[in-house]
Amino acid sequence: MEKTNKASQGLSDRTSDIILVVITALVLFIVAYPLYYVLVASFSDPYDVYAGKTFLLPSGFTLRGYAAVFADENIPTGYLNSIKYTVIGTIFSVVMLYITAYPMAQRDLPGRKVLSIFFVITMYFGGGLVPTYLVVKDTGLIDNMWALFLPGGVAVGNMIIVRNYFQNSIPHELIEASEIDGCSKLRTFISVVIPLSMPIMAVMVVFSMVAYWNDWFTALIYLTGSEKAPLPLVLRNVLIKSSVSASQSATISGGYAELNKVTEMIKFASIVVAAAPMLIVYPFVQKYFEKGFMAGAVKG
Amino acid sequence: MSTATATAAPAQQAPPLRKKSLGRRVADNWQLYLLLLIPVILTFIYKYIPMYGIQIAFRDYKASKGIWGSNWVGLDWFERFFTAPTAGRMIKNTILLSLYSLLWSFPIPIILSLMINQVRFPRYKRVVQTVLYAPHFISTMVICGMIRIFLSPSGGLVNLIFGTQIDFLTESSAFRTIYIASGIWQDAGWGCIIYLATLANVDTTLYEAAKVDGASVFQRIMNIDLPALLPMAVLNLIMAAGSLMNVGFEKVWLLQTDLNKATSDVIAVYVYQQGIESAKYSYSTAVSLFNTAVNLILLFIVNRIAKKASDVEFV
Repeated sequence: MEKTNKASQGLSDRTSDIILVVITALVLFIVAYPLYYVLVASFSDPYDVYAGKTFLLPSGFTLRGYAAVFADENIPTGYLNSIKYTVIGTIFSVVMLYITAYPMAQRDLPGRKVLSIFFVITMYFGGGLVPTYLVVKDTGLIDNMWALFLPGGVAVGNMIIVRNYFQNSIPHELIEASEIDGCSKLRTFISVVIPLSMPIMAVMVVFSMVAYWNDWFTALIYLTGSEKAPLPLVLRNVLIKSSVSASQSATISGGYAELNKVTEMIKFASIVVAAAPMLIVYPFVQKYFEKGFMAGAVKG
Repeated sequence: MSTATATAAPAQQAPPLRKKSLGRRVADNWQLYLLLLIPVILTFIYKYIPMYGIQIAFRDYKASKGIWGSNWVGLDWFERFFTAPTAGRMIKNTILLSLYSLLWSFPIPIILSLMINQVRFPRYKRVVQTVLYAPHFISTMVICGMIRIFLSPSGGLVNLIFGTQIDFLTESSAFRTIYIASGIWQDAGWGCIIYLATLANVDTTLYEAAKVDGASVFQRIMNIDLPALLPMAVLNLIMAAGSLMNVGFEKVWLLQTDLNKATSDVIAVYVYQQGIESAKYSYSTAVSLFNTAVNLILLFIVNRIAKKASDVEFV
């Protein structure tokens, strides 16, 4: 009995290893292939893409798509705008998270419960699109970059994760020791708590970066000037509406068919250009995700 | 008598020893309140004042008259919405799109993480995780651009593979599938994170014990891993059910065409079109308020069920 058990277990372990690897490899392929295909197509001749010659490798290698992307008058501006919004927005958001989460992590802070309710309510109930729009308008933020940051205020879900991290992962003795040494609460926050919270800060920085880099809806509503549009919003013209700008079509010799092909090239190239920065950045902080998530998810 | 005073005396003395006065404690923490000042002000201005502004749903809001100066019209806007020819369709589309998304996208991350967790090659496991997270970091705009390219009737990847020339985005019967499948492609991997983190905390001695008892991998998954995931899964399900009416505006708007509106017409898009594009502020707010109200009711019901079922309250 024991023998058969062992034998069958050894067999099933090896079999299940194979099954698991095959299934996960299939999933891996399904997720990765569309991205790979776009990358390959962006370097290929559009006629070959149309003919289905670019399933595995580029065909008729060309950089014209990328040339056209950067020849556009709007895309480079959009790119710079997105970088600006991402940098400023990330700094703003993380500072807001920290200055909210730290006081909220003090269990003996008078009024903590009321403040907590004050913030958490906004997770479940809000004014909605138009009432918020009207307040943004009344505070003079239409067509102002700060309309992208201020109305978001505190990201309460993330704030709770950071607060829980402060409560659970920073040794209380260190904070007490620093306060016995005569440090004020602010001083303790700056010199003890912040340096010890780098894993969760890394997670929050990436979350904010991704959110701002990819956001376009806020800009669609609040930024009316096209010179202020972030990259995704600029790309809406080419990706969704399939229209190319004057300066791009000027580079095209030939008729409508040629224009159509070049539009496709621009689409592939602009997808790569827009998606690449975040796809390059996140693997570096990936190891923090799981740890940070776990530390923050435990209820304090 | 003497015992009563003996026990009463320390109780009277104790509070001043244990706690400083409230004023004193507030004063001690002034720096913390200072830190909170800006977040509280911003939250008040941009979250609470708009809540107060919801009342324009019951008024005929004119910017020149302000909220208070605008005429009170009661439920007129709601009436107009419910009698609009497309209202029924929008409510149905919103609920169905959301419900089908939930039904498909809820179990997949659980199944995926149960499998990934059992993969015994750490390097390979790492690669799988990294690649599966990738689509989450791409903008909806870019995702929708990709969807449009792949589904293009001429030279789109899907049509190339199947040798067809179907314009999927003009078929209203294909819209939900496109929306849900692309959603799973983008976020199923990311959805695994929290489950994988939970599974990483499973006591490994349980596996050893199960192995000694001759349990297969499948049995280990069913008897050790799955029960470990259950609380988190239930929590996720409740959160998702509570926001059933929150269909993402962005993707629907970007994938909507005149020809697939029979299934792609949802409340969120209507709220945007009426409110921002057509500047019908009061009407849009009323429609949005209806949506929020349904959501809150759902959240309340789900929360009550969860409380009864598991003694946990989430809201």
